Amino acid sequence: MTIYLGVILLALAWAAVTGSFTFPNLVFGLVLGSLTLYLVREQRGPFRSAFRPGKVLSLALLFVKELILSAWRVARLVVSPRMDLRPGIFAYPLKVDRDFEITLLANLITLTPGTLSVDVSDDKRLLYVHAIDCSDPEAAIKDIETGFERKILEAFR
Amino acid sequence: MIEPLLDYVAGILIVIGAIFALVASVGLLRLPDLYTRMHAASKAGTLGSCVMLIALAVQSQDLAISTRALAGVIFFLLTVPISSHLLAKAAHASGYRMWDKSVRDDIEGFVQKTKKITRN
Repeated sequence: MTIYLGVILLALAWAAVTGSFTFPNLVFGLVLGSLTLYLVREQRGPFRSAFRPGKVLSLALLFVKELILSAWRVARLVVSPRMDLRPGIFAYPLKVDRDFEITLLANLITLTPGTLSVDVSDDKRLLYVHAIDCSDPEAAIKDIETGFERKILEAFR
Repeated sequence: MIEPLLDYVAGILIVIGAIFALVASVGLLRLPDLYTRMHAASKAGTLGSCVMLIALAVQSQDLAISTRALAGVIFFLLTVPISSHLLAKAAHASGYRMWDKSVRDDIEGFVQKTKKITRN
């Protein structure tokens, strides 16, 4: 099921990039999409996941809001005459355990206020996050836990 | 009627995007180390570029151009976090020190471990 969704998404991406939604072009996109997924079949592994469109949409909206807030806060920090920085790296204990969920969470963390994911520990249990204000890592961990991670779990489980 | 309105919207979006891009470059100059600089580059820079692409999508009134601009926005959002993550990871793994006033580093053990591996 999800593999067909992948092919359809790739076909839509192809149509968007070539800028033409005519029928032959969409079919060509489907062919290209299937070919691409065929080429990466070994790296991709089995991809089984629930998919809740409503929750995914709410995750996307939360993300856009956080991105704007985040850029705004960086902007204010940068133009303030005395930059008050207390940067540091804290370890975030991951609850999600599948590769694509970790990737998604890491990407979302990077684009949200004050945090930037640096690395994942070898056993995939810890995500190392650089925070521009690391005076209260507990609060930052709680923010991620009740925000993005919960939304990801709701959307894909 | 609608066309001048779209021009105004696009103009405002371009100015907003340009301001964020400017702030991102000021951040690159003012912030103290690579990690904090990546914050400015990845966030303010992405938002600036995306807002300007959206302005193009609004103003062009051509479906082919609009969809390409929006695809550009999505590719930005997918690729920027990965590149900044890899830069930060590479910097940390190669022993690039954090700024003196940094308050915490939980990966310390990780860095020592990788250094040991390269020495052997």
